[in-house]
Amino acid sequence: MNQKTIVTGVIGADVHAVGNKILAYALEEAGFKIVNLGVMVSQEEFIEAAIETNADAILVSSLYGHGEIDCHGLRDKCEEAGLKDIPLLAGGNLVVGKQNFEDVEERFMQMGFTKVYPPNTQLETTINDLNILFGK
Amino acid sequence: MKYLTADFGSTYTKLTAIDASKSEIVGTSTAFTTIETDVMEGYNFALHQLEEKIGEFCYDQLLCCSSAAGGLAMVALGLVPELTSKAAKMAASSAGAKVVRTYAFEISKAEQAEIYDINPDLVLLCGGTDGGNKEVIVNNAKKLCEIDRSFSVIVAGNKSASSDIESIFSDSEKDYVITENVMPEFNKLNIEPAKQKIKELFISKIVDAKGLSKIQNLTNSEIIPTPLAVLNGCELLSKGTEQTEGLGDLMAIDIGGATTDVYSISDGRPTFDNVMIKGLPEPFNKRTVEGDLGMRYSLYSLSNEIDLNALSEEIKVDVKDIVKWIEICKTSPNTLAKKNSIYQTIEEGLAKYALKIAVERHVGKMESTFTPFGQMYIVSGKDLTQVNLIIGIGGVLVNSINPIKILDAAKADKQNPMLLKPKQPNYLLDRKYIFASMGLLSAVDAELALTIMKREIT
Ligand code: B12
Repeated sequence: MNQKTIVTGVIGADVHAVGNKILAYALEEAGFKIVNLGVMVSQEEFIEAAIETNADAILVSSLYGHGEIDCHGLRDKCEEAGLKDIPLLAGGNLVVGKQNFEDVEERFMQMGFTKVYPPNTQLETTINDLNILFGK
Repeated sequence: MKYLTADFGSTYTKLTAIDASKSEIVGTSTAFTTIETDVMEGYNFALHQLEEKIGEFCYDQLLCCSSAAGGLAMVALGLVPELTSKAAKMAASSAGAKVVRTYAFEISKAEQAEIYDINPDLVLLCGGTDGGNKEVIVNNAKKLCEIDRSFSVIVAGNKSASSDIESIFSDSEKDYVITENVMPEFNKLNIEPAKQKIKELFISKIVDAKGLSKIQNLTNSEIIPTPLAVLNGCELLSKGTEQTEGLGDLMAIDIGGATTDVYSISDGRPTFDNVMIKGLPEPFNKRTVEGDLGMRYSLYSLSNEIDLNALSEEIKVDVKDIVKWIEICKTSPNTLAKKNSIYQTIEEGLAKYALKIAVERHVGKMESTFTPFGQMYIVSGKDLTQVNLIIGIGGVLVNSINPIKILDAAKADKQNPMLLKPKQPNYLLDRKYIFASMGLLSAVDAELALTIMKREIT
């Protein structure tokens, strides 16, 4: 059995709960082991959960527009905590309003994220990407 | 039926004689425990004293608990401080152990040396959810084997690491037992199996090592750690039996010479709206032990936790006298403060802070975070604000002229509204120190134990 473990949650002070539940459900259906931290999750909580469960990826949601600030420094903290090269994925409504997604993606990649998704991404896309990441 | 309960403490042996036909305690006695020589001596002396008071007492069953020789000293190891380390500590504390130190991540050389110095009776090794991190618990197993002490190890971590761990321990001299993970899934607490194993090892290993085997020969019921007996007593008093209702949610606080123990029987769910719950869920029957807060052996460390000048002002006693009292207790821990003396005032002032700090470490906390959209509250730990019964245990409280004044430190205060302490508690006292005895009795006749507790704890 080689089920991959993914930590999910909505970062920062964000309380949008619905998408998180759907996302967790869909990923579980796709065969992953999901450790869902729910809403209002701090960077430290993502990291602690990933260490304890030996997670294969962290999937961060942000819906309320403050995703960029909330995600800042997450990669450094992961490195510090020994989560070397763990894939970090982000999606939802990461920034305020309708910004050019290429710019947003660029900034998130700069922050060390592995994959970044625009609003209205099909969940199949992400599941597909995850399977590629895990070498399936 | 007639029962005799015996509580072997570090300094005293306490006997309680119970007559079931009368539903009452017919007598109690206390004698110095002489653990260095022979516990039987203390026991026989206490029995002699008891029979002098009440005449010959032919009991049908003897029930015993012990915290002799420093109690059940443990260290707990986990992975992340707020997750499996915390779960490990909770499991050991609620099994009645004194958790001397809790470690997280891979332990260092210095920490190995520290464990050597602590020389624990048992070690609880946890880490990783099932299928989660294996590396750290496996390495810690190896590191524990390198420590040249005779402790037994209870392994309650990632099940996927158990075969690796098994081969590490079976190649070593260490005695070990593997049980279910204290945190099988992220943030799911499962402490009962580990608790059960601790209890079994206490009976099979520790009783003998602490010189209690002669006592064990006198009875066919198992000797359990005293704090576990107290916790069982609290649980019974709170929940009641099938026939008789209990007193509902409660807390009990035992201020002792070496430790201050806090018990809470309550689900501790947040009692107000618009909150987020964070952190590890906590047990319904929760016990915490503060090894640095006590009236004798830990008085020095207690005094380091408090502002003695503020205490001096509060109780209107010169700081010099407080310091002097601390010195007296350090050199001769058997000292008792004379009634109505300045030392009693000091003793009670110090007790109040021991209780306050211990309760504040036990209860949950509320944090307010200022989000871009206003204030939100995050709760971690047990919300005990609505618990309306607190029971005081221990000499300082029972002998005090004004125990309420000490107990009031457990109550929520306006300066620290973020600590989820009881808001409007009523206070009762365990005047005859029967909690441990009744906890023991609860295993054989819960109805009787409940009747007596309801009558005697006032
Ligand atoms: C319901 C709602 C609320 C509710 C939330 C209730 C709750 N507890 O869940 C309440 C009223 C509390 C609320 C509050 C606010 N909201 Co609101 N809210 C919405 C609303 C209408 C629906 C959200 C929802 O549930 N959608 C349904 C789910 C299924 O979709 P989803 O959340 O987008 O999630 C999916 C995808 O995004 C994706 N996804 C999510 N995460 C990830 C991660 C990865 C890696 C990937 C690949 C995909 C992915 O998969 C999910 C499942 O399909 C949206 C508008 C909208 N139509 O989306 C606004 C919206 C999200 N809210 C918004 C705002 C601004 C706010 C407030 C700031 C308003 C305010 N000023 O107070 C607050 C913020 C409060 C806080 N601290 O979080 C904005 C965000 C704007 C932005 N990002 O630029 C939105 C877009 C409305 C808008 N058009 O302005 N909100």
